[in-house]
Amino acid sequence: MGIIKVRDLVFEYIRRDEEGNVEGITTAVDNVNLDIEQGDFVAILGHNGSGKSTLAKHLNAILYPTEGTVWVDGKDTQKEEHLWEIRQTAGMVFQNPDNQIIGQIVEEDVGFGPENMGIPTKEIWERVEESLRAVGMYEFRKYSPNKLSGGQKQRVSIAGVIAMHPKCIVLDEPTAMLDPKGRKEVIRAVRALNDVENITIILITHYMEEVIYADKVYVMDQGEVTLQGTPRQVFSEVERLKELRLDVPQVTLLAHELRKEGFPIPEGILTNEEFREALDNIAGKL
Amino acid sequence: MLRDITLGQYYQADSVIHRLDPRVKLGGTILFIISLFLFDSVIGYLVAAVFLALVINLSKVPFRFMIKGMKAIVFLLMITVVFNLFLTPGEPLVAVWKFTITKEGVRLAVLLAIRLSFLIIGSSIMTLTTTPNQLTDGLEKMLGPLKKIKVPVHEIAMMMSIALRFIPILMEETDKIMKAQLARCADFESGNLIKRAKGLVPLLVPLFISAFRRANDLAMAMEARCYRGGEHRTKMKPLRYARRDLIAYGIIFCYLAVGIVAGHYESILLSFIGITGGAI
Repeated sequence: MGIIKVRDLVFEYIRRDEEGNVEGITTAVDNVNLDIEQGDFVAILGHNGSGKSTLAKHLNAILYPTEGTVWVDGKDTQKEEHLWEIRQTAGMVFQNPDNQIIGQIVEEDVGFGPENMGIPTKEIWERVEESLRAVGMYEFRKYSPNKLSGGQKQRVSIAGVIAMHPKCIVLDEPTAMLDPKGRKEVIRAVRALNDVENITIILITHYMEEVIYADKVYVMDQGEVTLQGTPRQVFSEVERLKELRLDVPQVTLLAHELRKEGFPIPEGILTNEEFREALDNIAGKL
Repeated sequence: MLRDITLGQYYQADSVIHRLDPRVKLGGTILFIISLFLFDSVIGYLVAAVFLALVINLSKVPFRFMIKGMKAIVFLLMITVVFNLFLTPGEPLVAVWKFTITKEGVRLAVLLAIRLSFLIIGSSIMTLTTTPNQLTDGLEKMLGPLKKIKVPVHEIAMMMSIALRFIPILMEETDKIMKAQLARCADFESGNLIKRAKGLVPLLVPLFISAFRRANDLAMAMEARCYRGGEHRTKMKPLRYARRDLIAYGIIFCYLAVGIVAGHYESILLSFIGITGGAI
């Protein structure tokens, strides 16, 4: 069994009025199935309100399924006794960097998770050093988080999760509040963790550029998984993605438009290099 | 910039006092304050002055930094001094219209002024040499025994340190909301007190909403990182007494003993002078 397995997951938010009567039920996640293997880099895409964040919170046992089951490393998230093991196995990074840093100094924040796990002091220091080095923030260890840029803060948050030695990290729109530079920093750090440490990454985002390196992409709409496959497979369906109000990477879009005009360019171009190659091929033919 | 504001007034330096365990500094400050009320003699205050000068010197914090803290309470100091000067009954020294200054009044006013300024300088040494974080850690450890009577010591310390972490963030947010509301013609400055208080509503409501939202996010982030209260928790930076801390305790108690003994002898000395004076 893979690191994460989700079967027929349904989650309903119950809205109540002031007296506590049920006003209505919103199905945020509807019949979702996921299978994620150890070491995978998985991206979950969707516009606002598509249920992707709700799904993410199930993987860390912050929310529990209304129906269906979620297994993290073979453990059912609904079983109380597994709660802390699951939260340690699947670390979570949230959207707002300010609201998830607890410590007043970078190194103290990274040490917060291990402290909670009851790791001995000496080992905490080793873990903090190693995690800060893994995200390239070691030289900032004595800084106050308030003095860091958004991208740096998010890297500290990631280090805080790595220090707990998770098998899997769920990142819930970690770049949504960052500038392009910060976004690049964070994605680079995440990819390095996936490549070097073989940590499973589940990246939730609505930036298409961030998912082209993923092994597998799931696209969500209205609580359901509507598209899934490799980035190339998913981005070949430009029209469908547009319907879902998702932005396709510019170069993919350009290639798609050219193809529609009759140029012999393959579908699912993801990077500038691929596009250049395709153009060279055409130039050779003409 | 707003982000640079730190609570308290920590002065970064590398000194013996800075390196002391926060518990020693907290305890020492409390003992020093008690000593100021215990000593009721000129010699006692001299001992306190020498002790204070020694600590200031050791702390490597410039003296003008300590004086800065005094400015805020100069007014309070003046009031107490004036009241004591004029309202203490005793042997009249100078009489101006309805007010008389007595000999006892002068003595009391001077002693009180010294006592209060020592108290403020003494406690500002603690805040100047200890980061707020160390202070909360020290408090948590010192109040640890209270856990037995179900005082949530760990929770209080955690709340304090989270509050400290969010003060600059919320200040910046206040600034942002204020600018946003000013851009929509909100008026925070004119009108009488009631009008101004009402003007704060469009500032406070969004601030509270955002603070609650942040609190919710933070709680979730803490849970996601396995936070479950103080139990089973280890410390990254545990407080451990070093040799210098024990020495510091020793010095503080020596100071107390010297002060008390000196005060004792002074009263004997004074009463002796009093008796001989009476005989003559």
